[in-house]
Amino acid sequence: MAPVTLGKAINMGLRKAMEDDPKVLLMGEDIGRLGGVFRVTDGLQKDFGEDRVIDTPLAESGILGTAVGLAMRGYRPVCEIQFDGFIFPAYNQIVTQVAKIHARSRGRMPMRIVVRVPFGGGIGAVEHHSESPEAYFSHTPGLKVVACSNPVDAYWMIQQAIRQDDPVLFFEPKRRYWEKADLDTTVEPEPLFESRLVRPGHDCTVLAYGPMVKTALQAAAAVEGEGRSLEVVDLRTLSPLDLGPVFESVRRTGRCVVVHEAPTNLGLGSEIAARITEECFYSLEAPVLRVGGYDTPYPPSKMEEDYLPDLDRILDAVDRSFTF
Amino acid sequence: MSAGDIGVSPGDSSFAEAGPELIQLLTPEGERVEHPDYAIDLSPEELRAIYRDLALVRRVDVEATALQRQGELGIWASLLGQEGAQVGAGWALEDQDMAFPTYREHGVAWCRKVDPLDVISLFRGCDNGSWDPLATKFNLYTVVIGVQCLHAVGYGMGIQRDGSDSAVLAFLGDGATSQGDVNESFVWASVFAAPVVFFCQNNQYAISEPIEKQSRIPLFQRARGFGFPGVRVDGNDVLAVLAVTRKALEAARTGQGPTFIEAYTYRMGAHTTSDDPSRYRLASEMEAWKLKDPIERVRAYLIRSGQADAAFFESIEAESDELAARIRKGTTEMPDPDPSSMFANVYAEQTPYLREQAEQFAAYRASFVASGDGAPLVGSEA
Ligand SMILES: Cc1ncc(C[n+]2csc(CCOP(=O)(O)OP(=O)(O)O)c2C)c(N)n1
Ligand SMILES: [Mg+2]
Repeated sequence: MAPVTLGKAINMGLRKAMEDDPKVLLMGEDIGRLGGVFRVTDGLQKDFGEDRVIDTPLAESGILGTAVGLAMRGYRPVCEIQFDGFIFPAYNQIVTQVAKIHARSRGRMPMRIVVRVPFGGGIGAVEHHSESPEAYFSHTPGLKVVACSNPVDAYWMIQQAIRQDDPVLFFEPKRRYWEKADLDTTVEPEPLFESRLVRPGHDCTVLAYGPMVKTALQAAAAVEGEGRSLEVVDLRTLSPLDLGPVFESVRRTGRCVVVHEAPTNLGLGSEIAARITEECFYSLEAPVLRVGGYDTPYPPSKMEEDYLPDLDRILDAVDRSFTF
Repeated sequence: MSAGDIGVSPGDSSFAEAGPELIQLLTPEGERVEHPDYAIDLSPEELRAIYRDLALVRRVDVEATALQRQGELGIWASLLGQEGAQVGAGWALEDQDMAFPTYREHGVAWCRKVDPLDVISLFRGCDNGSWDPLATKFNLYTVVIGVQCLHAVGYGMGIQRDGSDSAVLAFLGDGATSQGDVNESFVWASVFAAPVVFFCQNNQYAISEPIEKQSRIPLFQRARGFGFPGVRVDGNDVLAVLAVTRKALEAARTGQGPTFIEAYTYRMGAHTTSDDPSRYRLASEMEAWKLKDPIERVRAYLIRSGQADAAFFESIEAESDELAARIRKGTTEMPDPDPSSMFANVYAEQTPYLREQAEQFAAYRASFVASGDGAPLVGSEA
């Protein structure tokens, strides 16, 4: 069992999915010979050929639109969007077509499409390379949305996503691509659409997904010595949300902080706060607090550390939840 | 089925040959040649000024690449090899014309009198470009591939309605020609006979993907299908680019509608400083293009025709050194932006909600200063 990076884990997961099912195709810009700008598809075109690992023309609407047609023929396209901010030319295809064709065809045409999206900031990039557009898709009925946070999940979740009969938006925390973990490829995975308690605690529940899971865990570790015990849940699935374990946790801790990089206004945190309030009203000691990006365009990179939630802002919110 | 079945194989260099339609006025060896449709008559002063722009623009690029390597810039998109196309296009613009660049048009920015440091500030991560796009008639850089082509057409429609005699120059790459927005911009420009010239630098690659991944026919031939003329010019020949672009802009200004110009060139460097081209192209390809260098041929012509002497080239060299030093100093001394500025200009009319958020942000930051710690208590992980 060797340690692998998150990027490599997805690469291994894609390889396994392609070996298991000849209908799995990869499509995207620069994913073939180059192996993707993050090297996530490195070596796959060499081993599976240009018909299964397709360097597409530079057009995201084209990628998703043709994926729809391929899915109608029984293929399972896995589309790579090079960076979060470039998914929007494909937005029309995803929201008006991919999301609805199963329902419109009364189940005759399943849209077995995975859209891989490296998302989030923290890499010092220029405009449109650091965004967190997951809420737009989570808001759309017909789409399923997941986000992995670590190499082990990345390896299994990408395979599970590809096996789904529903379209899945698969968000990859790009700033964590180089994080390593031991990967045991023989352990049976847990189901895709389940959240997971990743650190037990009893004072406050911290919810996170994707890149912010690590930050939340660091926050929990930082205050451990001060006698404050944070429980951290990795949401993993954003649509559908799996909030059963979250309700259970919040009923114990009485406090909850939701963290994401995306702007807080009408972000995932807003929906989660509403659901927790509905389900756990009498257990709450404080309102559910949200920590997210500010409601501004993602700023130039010199300002991104101020924009992005970090350990301090998470702990600041935890502290505030104790003032009610 | 494989790509070979449709008669195109990746990296097939015969496909990449420019062909007989290529408009050229200055050969790679620096020899002036005539073209039946495109004439150019430049004074020795103008020719030397063009050479100066080419040389200085290259120097800006080399310096910015070095600054990126030294950690002063987050990233840099090099124009190396495309100076002829960009300076030629820049020279063709009249003051009243508007340019819509991508993210690589540093040479056009230069011609529009945009300070290189105002371009560098974007790549340093300080802002999204600090020049005034309306005053310079040079739009802000656009990173989302192709979107600016529609903006250019709309701007041109505004010109039509104002009855003004200006034109619009829209820049795009070879890869961009695949985008829906770009194709829509061709339809709109055509239907409305908009005063727009599409200036496509075919530098043979869209990151790693060679041109044959985007098109089975030469790009300039596509224009015909949209109902306007397309021409292919030697993008490394600044004189031909200037002549062709001038003529197209003049046609646009006089109500003859759009033109598509394919400037046939080569990206000599990596896509950006984050890219490693050795993964997808052969060094021999670059060696071949080195012989077609856009600056060397002008230099050779100036010398051969006796329009510039050694002292001239020395003065340009000295000016380049000064410019490079100014850029280096200006970059390393560039102040970091005030983080609270991210809340500025989000709306023309600030919302109460965002104002409150900005105030909370200021108070939050101040709390670290109050606690005697200029920075957040626990360093942010990255
Ligand atoms: C809509 C969109 N998709 C993907 C990208 C990522 N990307 C940046 S540059 C580039 C290639 C552009 O190639 P081309 O149009 O030929 O211009 P060049 O970079 O060669 O100047 C790609 C795919 C982007 N910026 N925007
Ligand atoms: Mg190109």
